[in-house]
Amino acid sequence: MVDMYSLQLNLYPPYVKKIMNFNWHTLSSPEWFYRFAGKLMPWLAFIAVLLFAYGLIGGLLFAPADYQQGDGFRIIYIHVPSAILSMQVYAGMAVCAIVSLIWRIKLADVIVRAAAPVGAWFTVLALVTGSIWGKPMWGTWWVWDARLTSELLLLFLYLGYMALYSAFADTQKAAKVSNILLLVGAIDLPIIHYSVQWWNTLHQSDTINLMGKSHMAASMLHPLLAMMFAFMVYTLLIVLMRARTELLQRGWRSRWARAIISREGES
Amino acid sequence: MQFHSFTEFFSMGGYAGYVWSAFGVGVVVLVGNLIQPMLHHKKVIKQLAMKIKREQHASNT
Amino acid sequence: MFSLILKRDLLLALRNKQEWANPILFFVIVVSLFPLSVGVEPNTLKTIAPGVIWVAALLATLLSLNQLFHNDYQDGSLEQLVISPQPLSLMVLAKIIAYWLITELPLVMLSPLLGYMLHLSPHAIGCLFLSLLLGTPVLSFIGAIAAALTVSLRNGGVLLGLLILPLYVPVLIFGAGAVVAAQMGMAFNGQLAILGAMLVLALCLTPFAIAGALKIGVE
Repeated sequence: MVDMYSLQLNLYPPYVKKIMNFNWHTLSSPEWFYRFAGKLMPWLAFIAVLLFAYGLIGGLLFAPADYQQGDGFRIIYIHVPSAILSMQVYAGMAVCAIVSLIWRIKLADVIVRAAAPVGAWFTVLALVTGSIWGKPMWGTWWVWDARLTSELLLLFLYLGYMALYSAFADTQKAAKVSNILLLVGAIDLPIIHYSVQWWNTLHQSDTINLMGKSHMAASMLHPLLAMMFAFMVYTLLIVLMRARTELLQRGWRSRWARAIISREGES
Repeated sequence: MQFHSFTEFFSMGGYAGYVWSAFGVGVVVLVGNLIQPMLHHKKVIKQLAMKIKREQHASNT
Repeated sequence: MFSLILKRDLLLALRNKQEWANPILFFVIVVSLFPLSVGVEPNTLKTIAPGVIWVAALLATLLSLNQLFHNDYQDGSLEQLVISPQPLSLMVLAKIIAYWLITELPLVMLSPLLGYMLHLSPHAIGCLFLSLLLGTPVLSFIGAIAAALTVSLRNGGVLLGLLILPLYVPVLIFGAGAVVAAQMGMAFNGQLAILGAMLVLALCLTPFAIAGALKIGVE
């Protein structure tokens, strides 16, 4: 007997049917992920190198010096991408944590764990380069600027996640518990940012001149965008690398893992 | 090119210390985060290979 | 069931002097340390008072959060609560309210005295009382999430602090900010309103997160 559902299905275009019939859960198979990531990684490395080259050469050599900050503004090409990525990685981790908690896909756990150190390092990089940039421009290594303070708190959220994960002996429990912490932190992040911004506007006495992206010349902007995408591709590369290692550690008893270990162990 | 000589490029309009230390930290972090997972991967492969060998040995005897 | 747990927790806490006396003592001692270290000049004390009292309350909360679920986890009653058919979030709510009544309410009651000791104006003391009244429940709720996450760890205490402090920052900013505004003669309804909003949000949302965390932690 033909039901209404299958009747409707025939009205959909073929690509929709293909998407609906595709077994999405194969994407969460560790073996598939390991192989696919392995194939993808060289390409990612290649693209990242190209983007870094364009960004660095364009930013260091070809972008005109800033009207107020002179050549010192070039720190932007490291500082801004790392700050943006530090937040993107946290957002990505939060999404994967939700996926893990709802669909109980262990691969999502692995990705969250793999991404945490990268995000934390980017936060450190953003804070350090920001501080170095602040010294000549604002005259001080540190100021309780809204963004700096929020970024510092983001670092604590990362470190808290990593500390909580490593406190548990059982991997499953560790992942579940730290995913909850991650999500609480993610919900709290906009609140933290807003409240710090509010607090800061009360205390801000000196004017801080941050680069406004809206009035940036193309010759300055394009390398910046290139650096941002370079960081994104680089992050993906590192996360895939770490995730693959973690998958081997978790599934070393399985046949596919043993095959890979013996193959990679010989070379 | 914005700079007309290598010395000019290196001095970055007076901000050499700041710009180059910032980029230096950046390079260290990026390269470090690239190399550490690679080394860790190799170490894990070695450890797991030994583990498998030990297990096989134990089940053989 | 809700009132049962509430009464039980209150009774247990009242019998165990350590649970309710330590936070109060800690709160008073920490606040007293500041005049000793920064000097007795009234203007200095007045300026730092909102922050000092709020941070002391925060730290006292941190110290006592460990006990929230720990004792019950040790003797197995937490597990019984988790597997019982009653909604866990409701029972969690009861536990936290009991916790707040025992641990935080004394702090809130003491705050006017401490504010007076730090030379706060009566206007600011009133605001301090209100901000703590609204803020300490939020601290309890958010802290309970972290306490639930670390309940099965042996040395969860220090980790608890590390986890909570970033989450406490907004409460601290608006709480202390309200008192600072009151001191300067400006309006502080905005800050208190936001604290109230945080309280309502925490009241509604956190019990579920805490229940989820407990279920995972206890298994």
